[in-house]
Amino acid sequence: MQLRVALRNCGFIDPESIDDAIARDAYAALAKVLVELKPAEAIEILKESGLRGRGGGGFPTGLKWEIASKNEADQKYVVCNADEGDPGAFMDRSILEGDPHTVLEAMAINGYCIGASKGLIYIRAEYPLAIERLKIAIRQAREYGLLGKDIFGSGFDFDIELRYGAGAFVCGEETALIHSMEGERGEPTFKPPFPAESGFLGKPTNVNNVESYANIPVIYLKGADWFHSIGTGKSKGTKVFALAGKINNVGLIEVPMGTTLREVIFEIGGGIIDGKKFKAVQTGGPSGGCLTEKHLDIPIDYDNLIESGSMMGSGGMIVMDEDDCMVSMAKFYLDFTVEESCGKCSPCRIGNKRLYEMLDTITKGKGSLEDLDRLRNLCEVVKDTSLCGLGQTSPNPILSTMDNFHEEYIAHLSDKRCPSGQCKDLMNYVIDPENCVGCTACGRVCPVGAITGEKKEIHSIDTAICIKCGACEEKCKFNAISVK
Amino acid sequence: MELINLTIDNKAVKVENGTTILKAASKVGIKIPTLCYLGLDDLGVENKPGGCRICVVEVEGRRNLAPACATNCAEGMIVKSNSMRVLNARKTVLELILSDHPSDCLVCAKNGNCDLQSMAQDMGVREIHYQGEQSHYKEDFSPSIIREMDKCIMCRRCETMCNDFQTVGALSGVHRGFQAVVAPAFEQDLVKSPCTFCGQCVAVCPTGALTEVDHTNQVIRALANPRKKVIVQTAPAVRAALGESFGEEPGTLVTGKMVTALRQLGFDYVFDTDFAADLTIMEEGTELLDRLTRHLNGEENVALPILTSCCPAWVNFFEHYFPEMRDIPSTARSPQQMFGSIAKTYFADMIETKREDLVVVSIMPCLAKKYECQRDEFSVDGNPDVDYSISTRELAALIKQANIDFDSLEDSDFDQPMGESSGAGVIFGTTGGVIEAASRTAYELFTKKKHERISFEELRGFDGIRQATLDFDGLPIKIGIAHGLGNARKLLESIQDGSCEFHAIEIMACPGGCIGGGGQPLHHGKSSILLARQKAIYAEDSAKPIRKSHENKYIQELYDKFLGKPMSEKAHHLLHTHYFDRSGSDIVIKKD
Amino acid sequence: MTKVNSLSELKARRESLQSRNKIRETRDHNQSVVQVKVAMATCGIASGARDVMNFFSDELEKRRIEALVTQTGCMGYCYAEPTIEVHVPGDEPVVFGYVDIQKADEIIERYIRRQEQVDGIIPVGYRTIDNEED
Repeated sequence: MQLRVALRNCGFIDPESIDDAIARDAYAALAKVLVELKPAEAIEILKESGLRGRGGGGFPTGLKWEIASKNEADQKYVVCNADEGDPGAFMDRSILEGDPHTVLEAMAINGYCIGASKGLIYIRAEYPLAIERLKIAIRQAREYGLLGKDIFGSGFDFDIELRYGAGAFVCGEETALIHSMEGERGEPTFKPPFPAESGFLGKPTNVNNVESYANIPVIYLKGADWFHSIGTGKSKGTKVFALAGKINNVGLIEVPMGTTLREVIFEIGGGIIDGKKFKAVQTGGPSGGCLTEKHLDIPIDYDNLIESGSMMGSGGMIVMDEDDCMVSMAKFYLDFTVEESCGKCSPCRIGNKRLYEMLDTITKGKGSLEDLDRLRNLCEVVKDTSLCGLGQTSPNPILSTMDNFHEEYIAHLSDKRCPSGQCKDLMNYVIDPENCVGCTACGRVCPVGAITGEKKEIHSIDTAICIKCGACEEKCKFNAISVK
Repeated sequence: MELINLTIDNKAVKVENGTTILKAASKVGIKIPTLCYLGLDDLGVENKPGGCRICVVEVEGRRNLAPACATNCAEGMIVKSNSMRVLNARKTVLELILSDHPSDCLVCAKNGNCDLQSMAQDMGVREIHYQGEQSHYKEDFSPSIIREMDKCIMCRRCETMCNDFQTVGALSGVHRGFQAVVAPAFEQDLVKSPCTFCGQCVAVCPTGALTEVDHTNQVIRALANPRKKVIVQTAPAVRAALGESFGEEPGTLVTGKMVTALRQLGFDYVFDTDFAADLTIMEEGTELLDRLTRHLNGEENVALPILTSCCPAWVNFFEHYFPEMRDIPSTARSPQQMFGSIAKTYFADMIETKREDLVVVSIMPCLAKKYECQRDEFSVDGNPDVDYSISTRELAALIKQANIDFDSLEDSDFDQPMGESSGAGVIFGTTGGVIEAASRTAYELFTKKKHERISFEELRGFDGIRQATLDFDGLPIKIGIAHGLGNARKLLESIQDGSCEFHAIEIMACPGGCIGGGGQPLHHGKSSILLARQKAIYAEDSAKPIRKSHENKYIQELYDKFLGKPMSEKAHHLLHTHYFDRSGSDIVIKKD
Repeated sequence: MTKVNSLSELKARRESLQSRNKIRETRDHNQSVVQVKVAMATCGIASGARDVMNFFSDELEKRRIEALVTQTGCMGYCYAEPTIEVHVPGDEPVVFGYVDIQKADEIIERYIRRQEQVDGIIPVGYRTIDNEED
């Protein structure tokens, strides 16, 4: 069911040994491209393969290269976007830590195709091991002459340097990434001009994500037709997903495009922890949306996910079970975007903050039904007016939970109730007089003195004082305390 | 140039390739509202971060709304600037901006002059549907500029002026998301930054986030104090702009009314900074000729080119960025400071008033002047030569507060002896003016001949960097002119690398010179206003009976009776200064 | 280190490396050895893979079992870290999950030394590009 293309060497080779990599065909594709193909021919193969960007956008990679190749300049750049920042996503890190040479090789192919002699890897400083292994790999590749001058005697020069990001999510957006590498504030700028025209230091620049690169050497070794034969209509090849959340087999998987969510979650992922009921899965991280029971049999590809109200994103999949509150889930993601917005454009800077505040109000039981219309309007405006992909997608978690779990919003708003019992402000601990024996254990453990009652008499909790820490429930040996 | 056809709100437009939707729309009478956008066409300055999202329009076939200021037209494009979708988005975004903005409009320094306020009015905002937490930042008081960043809307105009135009680099975006704001590095105070106090950030700020330090109350108190003699000097650029604050067309000269108004405000003597400008020419011109003659005589180590030194923001700039070149600028003090120094000695003696009982107020188009008059070297025993410097805008406020109906005022003349000036003193107010004034005098002193034309038209204009060669009776004198510190930086770098061939360079920090100063009535992005003011300045010059500084008889009298001759020891003491290396040190603020 | 100057040099090097690996994996060959790969990505290290790797290196030597212990990247079984792959010459490689020191000891003594079944084997649930037709 899984097919490992991008992850083909992860777990097989010693990532610090270039010999291990070469034994598994590393740099063979580069050799083939440099010796046998003209840049335009190599780009054509990539276009035929149907590979689309794995960083989230899904733009056809071959087309991207073609555009960059056609812009004339004295210097061009190839940039690997390794600024993986979605909560719960670690595909790129795993590839860089497990198979750094594949990325270097693909970047060199990229350089040859578009006419760039310099490559830059923009990587988060929070990925020290990946950085270390990349450094080792670059050094080894230089020693072997696989990076540097006149590679394979072809006359092609290419070298790679690392650039470190300080962990700003927005720097995954390619214009912001480029500004960050230039030493400027990590803020996106309006496109056009696209980086292919004016990118790093104003020169034509091709930016691809780690996983996109990891697919490229195989495409040249096994052919465009082979790659094209995997996947669905407009989504070819495989996709790496990071499975996380309430799923038994948390981990990194790679499946052909077109695999269903059911296969991913229940077969590969081993189903929901403790046999609980599946509720939803968030794909596309803070930019995506949630998919539910009714989406389980949809083949996963770029277009189907968008049609279902989510998106492919970079490959994070967070699984939620019956205990998860969808309003809180949306709030979690908005909290993230509020933190990670660069602050340049007003809808993202202020709009996301207001969206977060509205969700916060709802989870505290202070909202009213009219909030739903305002919430939806603001979501639409933030999407419609934001400057970059971050703001244009940040309301998606709200919109998709509103669409799929409308009744949960209603419950919070009109009944002041959280159906999953997650929203602390909407729940109360109560003592069941039937079971309470008056042992006083709960009163002694309560940190705020909210529980009163004489020994051997029935106790009670003052909900005005209670901070809902749950210590009493845990302490009670008679199952007398529960959440209502 | 390739032409492109498109329709905006069902109107067909034909524009050159590369035109933005915003500009195309304005060609057919569609005024798409903007907030962060700033286009000073005559200066080549454009701020279009695409950040405020007020100018968004609907472009057929596009998924999202497009910012009109940053989106180029394309063939066959169909644009809607006022569809329901656009209007709702625009108003919602505006409400968002307002939701994170203090609602103290009635007591805000920008009340009535605020772009955000007028936009809210134009869009008919009567309710803010999205309320919530507001962002807060510490206030920052410098000698010239107040930063109240709670009112910042992240338009980034100040950054464009400070970084791109002035290359000062005092301001940039800090923090992320909701806390993002424009501030000096590490969110330090302005005084700890390379800020020159030029005030161009204030001149373009659409809200009350950046304003000048208001000294009008100190002036009112001094005027009300019977023990003080209060005298006032008015800089040349003020008269060419003050009228705008009272509804006059840009470029209307209001010299006579301004003098009458100042007298009505209660100033004991109304003088003219132009008088001191003539004095500056005598000193600076002599210094130029001295350095030139020594250079021509083969003396080595003569510092050339000589650079003008009357712009205090420019002085701050080279003290911070080019301290190793601080022997090149003229040592002549600025006209404001020369005035103060002569007023508190020569004039104080004349009216038999003790220095501490004489209050000197200056009306300046400038915010850096506020800092300049607080410099230690311009005071005697703690008593400053110039006590208060207020901006053109502050003067307008003073006049309004004193119930003076400016429109109906009669003209009147400056007092003497420090109110007389030549046309040369007047043109100090525009780029190219100081060097032209100096040339008028230097030519005649050097060649011992009358210059028939009087004007040196070749020095005039609005380009950022200009050059001309003057014929000093066979000797070619090469003149460079720069306005805007970014342009000044280019000339300084050419001096550093030895490629500069100029003998003298005039530098003004602000666009157009003082007429575009940070203390002038706000131009709201219309750079044509600066050109109108420049025209007015030259008109005042032409109308003056005396056009050359050395022909000003009150200046001649000042030298005869008091100073001796230019560059004399007394002149040195009172009219010249020295510069400091401020590349590492913070600027010290004096307590009021 | 010698440079790889041409396509043919790359091919030659690849073939020699591959045949070296083959020899190691062949039972009864005098150069064949037990190979232990420890998943040493950030996730594995965070779960204690470094200690496990050190244990294998030290103990296999002490117990005089000829073996090659190497690190590798993430195998994808994050839920079962630390994970290791053990390849006894002639057998198919096996992946063990939740390997702590105690488990490592059991794997050495029972699986490697005595070829007994040991709990904790994770079934390999994927195809690679080499065996995708399976």
